Amino acid sequence: MTAVVEPAWRGRGINWQRWRLLAIGGLLVAIVVVCAVFADLVAPYSPYDLDVASMLQGPSAAHWLGTDEVGRDVLSRAIFAARISVEVALVAVGVGLIGGTIIGILAAYFGGWIDLALMRLMELLFSFPAILLAVILLASLGTNILNAMLAIGIIFIPGFSRLARAATNGVLRQQYIDAARTIGMSDARIVVREILPNVVTPLLVEAAVAFAYAVLLESALSFLGLGAQPPEPSWGNMLNTGRGFMGQAPWLSIVPGMAMFLCVLGFNLLGDGLRDAFDPHLRE
Amino acid sequence: MSAPLLQFHNVAKDFESGLLPWTRRRVRAVDAVNIDLQPGETLGIVGESGSGKSTLLRMALRLVRPSSGEVLFDGTDLSALAGGDLKAVRRRMQAVFQDPTSSFNPRQSVGQILTAPLEVHGIGSGPTRRQQVADTLDLVGLNAGFMERYPHQLSGGQRQRVAIARAIILRPSLVVADEPTSALDVSVQAQILNLFKQTKRELGLTYLFVSHNLGVIRYVSDRVAVMRLGRIVEAGTAHEIFTNPQHDYTRALLAAVPDLAARHAAE
Amino acid sequence: MVRAHCRNDRPPSLAIDRLRVEIATRRGPARVIDDVSLEVWPGEIVGVIGESGSGKTMTALSLLGLMPRRARIAAGEIRLGSDTITHLPDAARRRLRGSRIAFIPQDALRALNPVLRVDLQVGEPANIHRRTPWEQAKARAVELLRAVHLREPEQRAREYPHQFSGGMQQRAMIAMGLALEPELLIADEPTTALDVTVQAQVLKLLREIRDTHGTAILFITHDLGVIAELCDWVYVMYAGAMLEQGPVGRLFAQPAHPYTQMLLRATPTVRTVQAELLSIPGQIPQPFELPAGCRFADRCPHRFGRCASEPPHLGIEDEHTARCWLLESLAASPAAAS
Repeated sequence: MTAVVEPAWRGRGINWQRWRLLAIGGLLVAIVVVCAVFADLVAPYSPYDLDVASMLQGPSAAHWLGTDEVGRDVLSRAIFAARISVEVALVAVGVGLIGGTIIGILAAYFGGWIDLALMRLMELLFSFPAILLAVILLASLGTNILNAMLAIGIIFIPGFSRLARAATNGVLRQQYIDAARTIGMSDARIVVREILPNVVTPLLVEAAVAFAYAVLLESALSFLGLGAQPPEPSWGNMLNTGRGFMGQAPWLSIVPGMAMFLCVLGFNLLGDGLRDAFDPHLRE
Repeated sequence: MSAPLLQFHNVAKDFESGLLPWTRRRVRAVDAVNIDLQPGETLGIVGESGSGKSTLLRMALRLVRPSSGEVLFDGTDLSALAGGDLKAVRRRMQAVFQDPTSSFNPRQSVGQILTAPLEVHGIGSGPTRRQQVADTLDLVGLNAGFMERYPHQLSGGQRQRVAIARAIILRPSLVVADEPTSALDVSVQAQILNLFKQTKRELGLTYLFVSHNLGVIRYVSDRVAVMRLGRIVEAGTAHEIFTNPQHDYTRALLAAVPDLAARHAAE
Repeated sequence: MVRAHCRNDRPPSLAIDRLRVEIATRRGPARVIDDVSLEVWPGEIVGVIGESGSGKTMTALSLLGLMPRRARIAAGEIRLGSDTITHLPDAARRRLRGSRIAFIPQDALRALNPVLRVDLQVGEPANIHRRTPWEQAKARAVELLRAVHLREPEQRAREYPHQFSGGMQQRAMIAMGLALEPELLIADEPTTALDVTVQAQVLKLLREIRDTHGTAILFITHDLGVIAELCDWVYVMYAGAMLEQGPVGRLFAQPAHPYTQMLLRATPTVRTVQAELLSIPGQIPQPFELPAGCRFADRCPHRFGRCASEPPHLGIEDEHTARCWLLESLAASPAAAS
């Protein structure tokens, strides 16, 4: 029996120390997701409406964040761009998480040369700089959104596999795995029922942070012209066009930049918040 | 004398470490072990760390395979089994492990932990399984309310009761126990040891009981084998080993155990 | 009378007087140590026996000033020699640790720094408290390792903790503890994780330390056999209180408190055959759900009406006391606490 120790924060109901990062990050992410899902309802204008007469206008009552070089409303474009970012991040992290988890768990569970082979393959992938790998993949597969999602997903697989493998190794040392074998459980059942639920936690935390990185990668690719193609708005390609108008219309760069900043910040805080939420030391 | 339930025929187990041929090292964890376990008896294996007793136990459960020699369960060579046959044999030999904190999946409730063996072997269905779990909990002195609880909500003694329940729910012939009371307080240990004895009587079980605690081994065992550095140095009935040890190591071991009666004479 | 041989004219090395330690919890303050008194005289080996939840480790931590943050000493006094150390400020406490009071924890491997050489760690107390320069401290470390019977101490001193076996690690911890010749050595379950043959050697070493240096030793354990072999005097703790105390021989031969009696009968022995181990029904109460009267009453087969109120320490013979109403008829007068 350990001594009963009072938690450091004695808030009413919720333990704020444990939940505060999660709350802030969650709020930011929620805003981004709402923009992405309900872009049609939230955005004041369509992102494609040209109005050359009102081009390059600064923030005004009609256009809260100004207009771009062909008169499109910057605020609306930024909101619709969130959709692209969230979509790509979702698919990419999904691919990375699922692919990496499967590879990591199998490598740890079977060990031996399977482990060796898989991990060397992962290291090979890992050794490529992310952007370079994405560019190579897109160059060979074709430049479109779907391939961008796939490419980013593949970039994420080695990281998740390493995490999954380490977590699985930790679980394999526990006696309940021996107990499961003794009962007569098949390997498949052990992996699904005993191992998977116990390695999920660190992977989810990593997934939240990976979201942030995926958004950044997608923006980078769009900036290079390899991701979302015009007239699709993406924070990356908005930044790219904004470059040419830095002196005259700085808001063209600031708006997507800030949007990205808040989105990435939100996901990072969410990831940290999840880690704290799951931390047994802060538990009541 | 009927056929032995478990037999070790000249069993040895080596472990290798290191990847590259010139860094590889081989450790012989178990060496030339020959011993049988008769149905209905409790064989106590006692030894210090590094004696190989845990490896021996894992070979009995077919969690590892011997490097040489055979482990026979009811006459069948365990190494030769696979698939459905292995599963059928597994149903007849179960285990109680040492560490109450890591013996259970922390995400499963007691009910789920105890239902799993029944599911794996396709025994019963929904309601009948629930009943069987409740009955088994009753056998180990826990009421059915424990089914909803999670391992971290239980005390050490309660967890070991659940561990025993998990071991007996399939009504096996052989139960292997690996230091089941080492992490428990004295008073709780006594409860659990008595429970072991009681369940053995009620269900007609055979035990392979491994421990480093000589007092515990003396209390539960009919026969005892003393292990050192992978070998059995002495084996015999509990009475023989404890009252008239032959081997030097056994004597040294017994002499090292602190004696409760040590100070009575002095006062 | 029995302990008079320790008295002379020196104060006890350690005296704990009616100590009460409380921990703040959601449900109010929990008394983890309740009115506990004990003494360790120079050259004495005193055992504290208790199961988990008895408060025995917390007692050691309170002496060292290493209690968890939410715990506080609510009442009572702790004296080291002639100095009262109950509410010492942190800086003063730190000066005590390692120099006047040494602590040997249960898990030696976790207590040793894995990335530092053994001689640096064993030499550290001298360097910190006496400002001994490192070269000298390391040489002294080798001598200390020799004193705890580590073979080839010069070689061992240059190694790292993970290269030592469990028994060797524990000896290294003892060497560290002895570095500055402390008045008091507190050992918290130091042999629980060790093999029985290694344990025997460590116990022998502790006896030797007591014999050569006259160090007072407080030995905390749950193992009755170890107490019987090693200790001169023993205190039995349960749920934060001291239920019985006395000379080891007498207490084991004629335990007065039902808890002690049951504990002895629940321990499996090697040298005698036991038909049935007695198991004590129920569980030790948590500090925040302590019963009103005698804290052992609801598990005690001998409870009767009187047990609804907490018994005082009642004397049996020569400072052997127990907190049990069953002794009322025997007691000449209630003994003062310890």
